[in-house]
Amino acid sequence: MNYSSDEMMTVAAARALRDGAVCFVGIGLPSTAANLARRTHAENLVLVYESGTIGAKPDRLPLSIGDGVLADTAVSVVGVPEIFNYWLQPGRIDVGFLGAAQLDRFGNINTTVIGGDYRHPGVRLPGAGGAPEIAASCREVVVVVRQTKRAFVERVDFVTSFGFGSGPGEREELGLRGAGPQLVITDLGVLRPDPDTRELVLTALHPGVDVATVRERTGWDLRVADDLGVGEPPTDRELTVLRELTR
Amino acid sequence: MATIAPLSEAVAHVVRDGDTVAFEGFTHLIPFAAGHEVIRQGRRDLTLVRMTPDVLYDQLIGAGCARKLVFSWGGNPGVGSLHRFRDAVQNGWPRPLELEEHSHAGMANRYVAAASGLPFAVLRGYTGTDLPAQTANIASVTCPFTGEVLTAVAALELDAAVVHAQRADRHGNVQLWGITGVQKEAVLAATRSLVTVEEVVDELEPRPGAVVLPSWVVDYVAEAPGGAHPSYAHDYSVRDNDFYVAWDEISRDRDRFAQWLEGVA
Repeated sequence: MNYSSDEMMTVAAARALRDGAVCFVGIGLPSTAANLARRTHAENLVLVYESGTIGAKPDRLPLSIGDGVLADTAVSVVGVPEIFNYWLQPGRIDVGFLGAAQLDRFGNINTTVIGGDYRHPGVRLPGAGGAPEIAASCREVVVVVRQTKRAFVERVDFVTSFGFGSGPGEREELGLRGAGPQLVITDLGVLRPDPDTRELVLTALHPGVDVATVRERTGWDLRVADDLGVGEPPTDRELTVLRELTR
Repeated sequence: MATIAPLSEAVAHVVRDGDTVAFEGFTHLIPFAAGHEVIRQGRRDLTLVRMTPDVLYDQLIGAGCARKLVFSWGGNPGVGSLHRFRDAVQNGWPRPLELEEHSHAGMANRYVAAASGLPFAVLRGYTGTDLPAQTANIASVTCPFTGEVLTAVAALELDAAVVHAQRADRHGNVQLWGITGVQKEAVLAATRSLVTVEEVVDELEPRPGAVVLPSWVVDYVAEAPGGAHPSYAHDYSVRDNDFYVAWDEISRDRDRFAQWLEGVA
């Protein structure tokens, strides 16, 4: 089956979720990917939404994080202070799934303002939501974002959610307990932080994508892993389930 | 004990010019009908508070009711940006909008502190981000037991809280269920409160998992069937996703928004 680069990205993100993991899901691409995973290889994936729905099993994609289908299918529905204080903060969540308007070389995320200064921004974005604490407290963070030069910048204009700051040791110094962004999945490939420098490095391409294209769409001098891999294209089953979900 | 009153009368008593007021609801049970009544009554200089200011706050901001917004995520859920909010922040239209910006965890804890009668709350939050440098109500605090440095956020004390619920009884006891967000905390953090409900019933049937606000912590109850539209009231209505999508176009243009506003007044 033919597929789009967005479909490849969503499938790659779904594959990153292991069966049985507990996943804090934001709306949009992360929610689509998590629900695809639950319907394919990860039947026992636990979806937690910041609206307070724990273990939601929606039979269709919710448009918002507070759709009724999440409450109807959840194991438990708790208040918003509880979801952050009891469930996210102590480190009970395996994977935090985040999007980004800007993402930088060290995995820091901006969803607040672009251009200008904070009080007089070029573009005002929605803001932080749950992301700063998701990025801090989940055991690991997966970022799903389309790769463009505007989004992949040397340094974010505003740090909404902390990745690795400007390099090794900063998360530890700040006392952040989660491992931070361990995987960045784009419509072109996969980036992972270098274990020593914490800089995001291209570790895999999606089928049919070349390194030059990824470099062109990255706002810093992107390093490429020595053992650069190529991902598997989506299977027919993955595409069929994804299209049923999003139609 | 809560007074059961018509919506216009209840809003007039609870929401006043210059108030710090929250119309809470986490995508569910958003008090649209009460917010529109605030627009009709021409309230001004409000400090609007909400974790997720969405379409209702875009409308209040575009109508010129707000001086300041205290929030953690301002967007049209599942759709995109809020254009009236953006126009106010980027261009000062129809008037400049001061921002106080938090994370969800920070806002939730600020409500909890106020509801608990404490001056601040403690959390692991905001660490390493640029938010504390822009926001006065975030600080650090050292744990007296372990010496660990943690984040403190100031209590979010409200003049008024407005929420929507499924039902109330004739004494003004309120019951809500489904996704209940921070509504209980907002009501308990406020000096004055108003709950609009889908219906007033003779007796509240107990429901597992429901939040009950006893009559004696609520000032006004007003019946407003469908009052959460285009958001929804679990077991009464479904979310009107099409309206949220349509709002993107209505709100992009000042004239188109002005036409919409005439329909409210």
